[in-house]
Amino acid sequence: MTVTVQTTRQMDATAASRPNTEAERFVEFIDVEKSYDGRTFAVTRLNMHVAKGEFLTLLGPSGSGKTTTLNMLAGFERPTHGSITLNGQPVDRLPPYERNIGMVFQNYALFPHMTVEENVAFPLSVRKFSKTETTQRVHKALDMIQLRKFGDRRPGQLSGGQQQRVALARALVFEPSLVLMDEPLGALDKKLREHMQLEIKQLHSMLGVTIVYVTHDQSEALTMSDRVAVFNNGGIAQIGTPDSLYTQPANPFVASFIGENNTLEGVVDHVSGTECQVSLTGGGRIRATPIDLEGQGTACLVALRPECIQIARSGTNDNAFEATVEGRIYLGDHLRLLARLQNGQLLTVKVSPETMMITGETISLGWSQRDCRAFPTQ
Amino acid sequence: MRTAPDTADAKSIAAAIRRSQTRERLRSFGLATPLLVLLLLSFGIPIAILLSRAIYDPTIANALPRTSVAMQSWSGNGIPDDETFNALAADLKANQQQGNISEFAKSLNARLPGARSQILKTARALDKEGVSDPASVVKSVPFWTSPATWSTIENGRHALTSFYLLSAVDLRWTADGSLERVPPEQAIFLRVFARTFLVAATVTLATLILGFPLAYLISSVPKTVGAILIIAVLLPFWTSILVRTAAWTVLLQKFGLVNDVLLWLGVTGTRLDLMYSRVGLIIAMTHIQLPFTLLPIYSVMRTIQPSQMRAAYSLGGRPLTSFLRVYLPQVVPGIMAGCLLTFILCLGYYITPALIGGAGDQLISNFIANYVNVELNWEMAAALSFILLVFTMALYAVFARVLGLDRLKPV
Repeated sequence: MTVTVQTTRQMDATAASRPNTEAERFVEFIDVEKSYDGRTFAVTRLNMHVAKGEFLTLLGPSGSGKTTTLNMLAGFERPTHGSITLNGQPVDRLPPYERNIGMVFQNYALFPHMTVEENVAFPLSVRKFSKTETTQRVHKALDMIQLRKFGDRRPGQLSGGQQQRVALARALVFEPSLVLMDEPLGALDKKLREHMQLEIKQLHSMLGVTIVYVTHDQSEALTMSDRVAVFNNGGIAQIGTPDSLYTQPANPFVASFIGENNTLEGVVDHVSGTECQVSLTGGGRIRATPIDLEGQGTACLVALRPECIQIARSGTNDNAFEATVEGRIYLGDHLRLLARLQNGQLLTVKVSPETMMITGETISLGWSQRDCRAFPTQ
Repeated sequence: MRTAPDTADAKSIAAAIRRSQTRERLRSFGLATPLLVLLLLSFGIPIAILLSRAIYDPTIANALPRTSVAMQSWSGNGIPDDETFNALAADLKANQQQGNISEFAKSLNARLPGARSQILKTARALDKEGVSDPASVVKSVPFWTSPATWSTIENGRHALTSFYLLSAVDLRWTADGSLERVPPEQAIFLRVFARTFLVAATVTLATLILGFPLAYLISSVPKTVGAILIIAVLLPFWTSILVRTAAWTVLLQKFGLVNDVLLWLGVTGTRLDLMYSRVGLIIAMTHIQLPFTLLPIYSVMRTIQPSQMRAAYSLGGRPLTSFLRVYLPQVVPGIMAGCLLTFILCLGYYITPALIGGAGDQLISNFIANYVNVELNWEMAAALSFILLVFTMALYAVFARVLGLDRLKPV
């Protein structure tokens, strides 16, 4: 859960880009740090904002600080340094029950001794809503999740998916402007999870509520979010729209964490503007797009997505290599080839399932300079 | 789901399932048989025999067979005829010669205080050489011409008796066959029952007040700290109840540690009488019972996820509201189980009140023990035990009904 103090250039870069309008700064983390023992940090120098109505996902491996960040926003944890504002007001001194933030938990956290209706009515009754208003809102919320006829049941009598929908209704029924979700679909099976992703997405666009969502599942993050903040080692490695993260990863961590990537090691020959040339370890040269590269002689990692590699008879591409097919994995909608370059590097190549290839065959592979990104080795 | 192809098949399948389930049940029952037999022999039957003595006392009927026959024609008013006196004289003489007279005397004495010496005196007189008119010897003792004596014998000559059970709740039959309260100076048992229930309720409440926060603490601290606390709670549990009670007598006595500390702190100016007092008794019983109340509560608390309270807070519940509406209702089954356990165990406390309680703090078990060990009146002991058992079971039934036994199961 904790890492030693470190700063990276990416974090400094995010700190600089502070939006101007109030609506864009609906939630703001300013230099937030969290340490549990005073020596190691669960979250380091976090600067982040969430716009009103936005669906922001905090994505990262376990221990990267995303849940701690969410808990600080909910008020369950206090930052050891820095400040969090909600709607322009600092909330550091507000206890969770005064923040008016809805929250959905991974294990649902439904109250087992109350019926579904009582669960959903809880936030209204503690706010002293009138009886008629409460009934009306509870029915509306249960209609929204299509569980009106299950109102008298106990949570234990519902399936996992139904329980999660009740938890959603309970977090939304008091119309909070911000809803936090902590891996809410983690306990569901794949099919149900995908269905619930759509349902949450629909609720988001229907209600216009701001959602901060925590997950370690990158496909879930890409499917649902307006923007994704990729967490690593207690800080944000990169924040941006799903397609920008996928197509323009800012560092090797994001490149390998989001989607799949082939990683090639090498040393920079020369950099000129948006192009560079890299000598690969084991032989061969490729042209790539430099990201934060210092210049000649720097050790670097080149990231290349499997679907960006084409099989070509002649070298029409920026980069062309001969390779031997070592394996083929049939996956229905596509075929995955394991191809060994002459320098010993193994590449994964994603091709159409009709491609006729046999193990041991020699093929030529090619890819564009724009599709491979060279990062300095960290 | 696939259904059975036709009804005949379906029926035979259902029968086969039933057969296999029955076999399964018999097998598991068979495994439990040794235990059931042991329980029946060492527990069920002895208790049934003992309790039966509360309503079945053949001593008087056995001692006075001739008198019993003669009394069948008696109207029940005043004193019976001479024939009965002759029969009684013969019975008394026979008892005296067979050496059974003191058993009979004791039994009648339990119902009619003072009867013992009269019976022994009469029996000795009858056993002398050359008694020509035994009936008049008997009649010469005023005890035998009192209607109360004869109505007591009339009641006692039937082996089945309600005497002991009624005595256990301070009631008796009058000579004219109606129920009445025994005179206040003899009425002790209802007071003792009330005292027993009061002490049990006080101890239960005290263990709950002390145990609930401790259980909460243990369930919320990190596992290693919790394990140490649990051991601290359980440690006294591993010593015998007698040793713990003896330890409290050392601590509570007039020049004991507790008084020393209270005096030193200036809480009190004089040394308190903690030994042989209700306060001392309740302190010692609370200490002994604490784990019984605490452990069921703790085991329920441990199953409540921390996210429950977080969810309550995030939904706008203030700490007290969240505690009362989300946390407490989920702990209620544990509280009920723990309190019921402690309360029922307290009803049967014997050693601690005997050693620490004063004369006014003896509970019903002390009286039962006294009847068994000292007075040798097992009928009375059985009657008191029976009443205690009925009270306890009624209480349990009320608990189960009001709270619903299903709530004692984890959700």
